[in-house]
Amino acid sequence: MESFDGSVLWFSLPYLWKGLQYSLFLTFTAMVGGIICGSFLAMARLSGIRIIERLASLYVNFFRSIPLILVIFWLYFLVPLLLQGMTKTEQPITIGPDQTALISFILFESAYYCEIIRAGIQSVPSGQRNAAKALGLNYLQQMRYVIMPQAFHTMLPVLLTQTIVLFQDTSLVYVISGTDFLGAASKIAQRDSRLVEMYTFVALVYFILCYLVSQGVKRLQHQPSFKV
Amino acid sequence: MDSYRWNWQVFWNTVDYGGEQYYQWLVSGLLLTIATSLLAWCLALFLGILLGVCTTTPLKWVCWIGDIYVEVFRNIPLIVQMFLWFFVLPEILPPSWGNWLKTGLPFPEFYTAVFSLAFFTAARIAEQVKAGIMSIPLGQKSAGLAMGFTLLQVYRYILLPCVLRIMIPPLTSEFINIFKNSSVALTIGLLELMATGQQVNEYTFQGMEVFSVVTLLYVGIALVVNAIMAGIEERVKIPGYLEGR
Repeated sequence: MESFDGSVLWFSLPYLWKGLQYSLFLTFTAMVGGIICGSFLAMARLSGIRIIERLASLYVNFFRSIPLILVIFWLYFLVPLLLQGMTKTEQPITIGPDQTALISFILFESAYYCEIIRAGIQSVPSGQRNAAKALGLNYLQQMRYVIMPQAFHTMLPVLLTQTIVLFQDTSLVYVISGTDFLGAASKIAQRDSRLVEMYTFVALVYFILCYLVSQGVKRLQHQPSFKV
Repeated sequence: MDSYRWNWQVFWNTVDYGGEQYYQWLVSGLLLTIATSLLAWCLALFLGILLGVCTTTPLKWVCWIGDIYVEVFRNIPLIVQMFLWFFVLPEILPPSWGNWLKTGLPFPEFYTAVFSLAFFTAARIAEQVKAGIMSIPLGQKSAGLAMGFTLLQVYRYILLPCVLRIMIPPLTSEFINIFKNSSVALTIGLLELMATGQQVNEYTFQGMEVFSVVTLLYVGIALVVNAIMAGIEERVKIPGYLEGR
């Protein structure tokens, strides 16, 4: 084995930091988008209207049975064609890996967030719903002011755990050459043929970040108000 | 979308060089996906149960081994783990071993994919085994020990048979996950379903058809796995045991 060369890490830190920032940005945006879409999906799945329930559960089950990479490839291929169709131009309009990644993550993760939020909604005692109804709130108001706040509270640890998974999943933008943390590292690794240093460092950083957050989640779970 | 030229015949077109037809690429990809995932699943199940049991034993240091394993393998993204096994491991091993991994081992991307998937999934199975064992009332274990069972026998005859039954639903999703996760192996050059799909797309530019078929195959795999696991669950059910849980 050649000697471990730490200097390559030192010189590439600014670039890696940019990559990590992008990973975090992607995680955060996809989390917000995923939770918003997931909430609506969960409400749809519990709406009591047969066809809407069916459609929502079809969406969720579909996205839960295909790999994320496939979703990314679909969008990478499909969105330019759709845009071309909408704008009636000659050539397909290419969008960058960034937008592709963001849309795919929101589509994909909202299916997972939906299931968590649905469990959260179902964990709220039915008396709450009835009381809200008795107060004259309509379905959306019941959800907005009574059910959802409680559902989010109980499900906070699970939502955060899912976000850790999402953070790890963002490394898959590698397949469309996105420059996230892993993408940045692998670009330098290949340019300088320093694969050992770069990938070990990447693994270490991912481990530390995910470990710390998951320990935080664990402590949260042990607080009495989060015991389900 | 108006400008897209649909052509479902594309799968029967012959590849310019080599004389194969495109559908054969997809079939070989599918078979490789199935082989990789099944092999990894068997390893993961074995290792996961072993580690899960480790984390619940009274021996402190055995618990630690299990816990450390789970934390390490759960907190690093799968793609990074694959890169570690594929690119980093041969470099940090003694040169003779490293060279064997790089040149001596036939089909290295396949074995790397199988083992990294197995190690990754084992951590998640171990977590579930641990949670399952913890959910069984302590009385069961104590009763077993009082009957004169050794600890090993308590696990073998009392705890694990219950835990594995409780675990079938989460195991089903892990089983489906391993098929989905096997697509990550395209990054280390394994020509599994997703990779062959992408290849056909690059050769033919008929992405709609190709990705539709790949999607259907993945959905099909998920449905089959679901059906098999539901069948197993029905088969091994102990009447009355899981009710009220």
